[in-house]
Amino acid sequence: MQFPTSCSPFTPSNNTVQRMMLYVIAALIPAIGTLFWFFGFSILIQLFLASCTAILAESLCLYARKRSVLPSLLDGSALLTAFLIAMAIPSIAPWWVVVTGTLFSILIAKHAYGGLGYNPFNPAMVGYVFLLISFPLQMTIWQSPLLFLDLNSALTVIFLEPTSIDGLSSATTLDYTKTQLHLGQSINSIQQHAIFGFIADKNKEFINLAYLIGGLFLLKQKIIHWAIPTAVILGIMLPASITYSMDSSIYPSPLFHLASGATLCAAFFIATDPVTASSGTKGHLIYGFLIGSLIYCIRTWGGYPDAVAFAVLLANLTAPTIDYYLKGKKTIAPLAKEYTRNNGSNLEVGALASPDPVRD
Amino acid sequence: MFNFFWRKKKSTFTGGIILDGHKQVTKINTPQLPKELIYPLFLTSDRYTKACVKVGDYVKKGQVIAIADSLLSTPIHAASSGIISSIEKRLIAHPSGLADDCIILQTDGLDSALEAEPCLDYRQQSRDFLRKKIHQAGIVGLGGAAFPTAKKLSGSPAIHTLIINAAECEPYISCDESLAIASAKEIIQGSLIIQHILQASLCIIAIEDSKPDAYLALLFAAKETDIKIQKVPSIYPTGGEKQLIQVLSGEQIPPQKLVFEYGYICQNIATSFAVYQAVLLGIPLTERVITVTGAGIKQAQNIQAKIGTPIKDLVQFCQGYTEHAQQLIMGGPMMGIALASDEIAVIKASNCLLIEPIKASAIQPCIRCGDCAKVCPSELLPQQLYWYSRSQQWDNCTDYNLADCIECGCCDVVCPSKIPLVQSFRIAKSEISQQQKQAEQAALAKKRFENQQQRKLRIEQEKAVLLEKRKATIEKMKAAAAQRKLN
Repeated sequence: MQFPTSCSPFTPSNNTVQRMMLYVIAALIPAIGTLFWFFGFSILIQLFLASCTAILAESLCLYARKRSVLPSLLDGSALLTAFLIAMAIPSIAPWWVVVTGTLFSILIAKHAYGGLGYNPFNPAMVGYVFLLISFPLQMTIWQSPLLFLDLNSALTVIFLEPTSIDGLSSATTLDYTKTQLHLGQSINSIQQHAIFGFIADKNKEFINLAYLIGGLFLLKQKIIHWAIPTAVILGIMLPASITYSMDSSIYPSPLFHLASGATLCAAFFIATDPVTASSGTKGHLIYGFLIGSLIYCIRTWGGYPDAVAFAVLLANLTAPTIDYYLKGKKTIAPLAKEYTRNNGSNLEVGALASPDPVRD
Repeated sequence: MFNFFWRKKKSTFTGGIILDGHKQVTKINTPQLPKELIYPLFLTSDRYTKACVKVGDYVKKGQVIAIADSLLSTPIHAASSGIISSIEKRLIAHPSGLADDCIILQTDGLDSALEAEPCLDYRQQSRDFLRKKIHQAGIVGLGGAAFPTAKKLSGSPAIHTLIINAAECEPYISCDESLAIASAKEIIQGSLIIQHILQASLCIIAIEDSKPDAYLALLFAAKETDIKIQKVPSIYPTGGEKQLIQVLSGEQIPPQKLVFEYGYICQNIATSFAVYQAVLLGIPLTERVITVTGAGIKQAQNIQAKIGTPIKDLVQFCQGYTEHAQQLIMGGPMMGIALASDEIAVIKASNCLLIEPIKASAIQPCIRCGDCAKVCPSELLPQQLYWYSRSQQWDNCTDYNLADCIECGCCDVVCPSKIPLVQSFRIAKSEISQQQKQAEQAALAKKRFENQQQRKLRIEQEKAVLLEKRKATIEKMKAAAAQRKLN
């Protein structure tokens, strides 16, 4: 009997890119649910618009680049980018905002650089920054977390763009804190405002909690590595604690930084994108810490209230350099000494460690 | 608490993966005598044997039919009696599906053997004598690498620790485990002989903790000896030489160094058994235990197979193929080689025949997840190595210690993009060694040319000096003649 030949190993693995992407999308579900709970149907419409645009753009690109369309489309990476953009932008932004953002992500940030695995910058963040710079007005009107939009009014807001609806929008706490601090207010009096909840934005702080839950799920499933989220959180908490302990009247607490804006989404879902991050535990720690501290610096001293996208893109730039300087082997066990006739066995019988102290 | 971490760290190696065992330990069955036995003259790369029988010769079981043509090769013995029917090109067990010269032996069914020369008092014999006996018995490492055992035991520099490797970490393979259960006493005897040859102060038999029966059998058999039986964690590839040493001693053998330079030697447990047979019973290596398994075979089992048996005979003994038989692998699923045909014969290195369905998947681009680096037991960065080997940056491959890759396949298994990493490393390795050879040859040619130039120059100079001398003499003579004339 004749057989075809191939090369070892012959053990099939159950890990696929598709599985990883789908797990990440699944981990977004708690956050989507919370967003829906507070904002209503607007978020679902944004997700739908982004997904359709992403799938269409991805198929077109793959076709134009003469790649096999279906397998690459099914890997889920385009869908994930779409989800992240839809969840990052204001949920009441007009339909063409999310569509152009997603198109820019897929066409320019992803495929112009060579598609999945070759993009140096996180596509979702490139799309977000593109929108923020191009349409600053639409990108800074946030839906008030106290207003639940039903399907009809959500459709009206997103597609017909009415000039104003009472109580539709409100400032974010990050934005409000920033402007009020400029006006010379103290943190204590700023936080008396109605948009504040327990720590940060009223209701919206629960969305960050949902991101945290999804992120912990990813950690447990070993889809992401602990080092990046830990380092991002540390990168924010460390400078925030220092400044907060110096002067708590003009610097908000570290917990406020953690629970507001897109901090936890960035830590667990955006910074952990393996394609654009540096590699290795050491590399992860440096890269993550860089993102965290950049977020803090831009929030505190920069021109934008939230800074996740800029911080991530700047860190993306440094990732290859970090990798370059961290190359080489890590050594854990002591190196064996070259044996000479005089020094006898390096291995004492009594000193033999039992292989598994738990099971033995 | 600290002690726990220290011990934990000490007793394991970095990386590795936990694989499903799929091991069916059966008792070792013996099939009927095959009609034809096939012996390739090619052993492994650069190692050949020379046939010392002619077509038509009658040979007995245990008779040498091919002799070693260098120190690194080993003689081949007939596994049964019969007539040499031809010496012809047949497919051999090689990853590239090569055909090469093979001795074909038609068995006569009598299985009559040569008189064995047992040597019961091996402790009275010189170590060189024992080594020679092992060489003449044709023993090679039976774990899969097939390195000549006598050469490995040549004992310089001095060895302090002999490790008998019974870890058998690859899935599906259970030949060593069943051999340990069936012949623990003989294995211990063989290990003692090897220890005696090496004069090693310590002998450890390392066995995975997933094999309690074999562990107990060995423990019982080694009761009255100094041999230690040591459980090692069942993490693939704990049976790799350097990994095993790290698990047992906590010491890491540095990259690009060989373990014997550090006073360690690893031998497979089946080799130990073969040494016992060769020295104490005087029987050369003509049979081995082989696992025939996988979804493609009806009755998976361990078989006492004569070396040279065509694979199809073993398959027939296992009730034939099932409908899942799509690929034939010699060795384990992680490091074995796929064979093109079941006409190929069992060789000394064959520890397993795995018949499995093909599960192909499309290759996707690398997403730099870094899982490959986490599982690499040699602590390499497969992702970077893949990048460099694909873009043919051989210097960078060497910088990133490509030579340290043991081709265990862990990175391939965890890769979500299904990239054939190990295969690209193999290509890079052979490319680099090719270039090194060329560079060496070029250096040699350059040296030769320079020597030649120097020689030419020297001869010229010598000639010139001689000419000067001659001229001077002639001048002198002329002057003398002129002087005479004047006088």
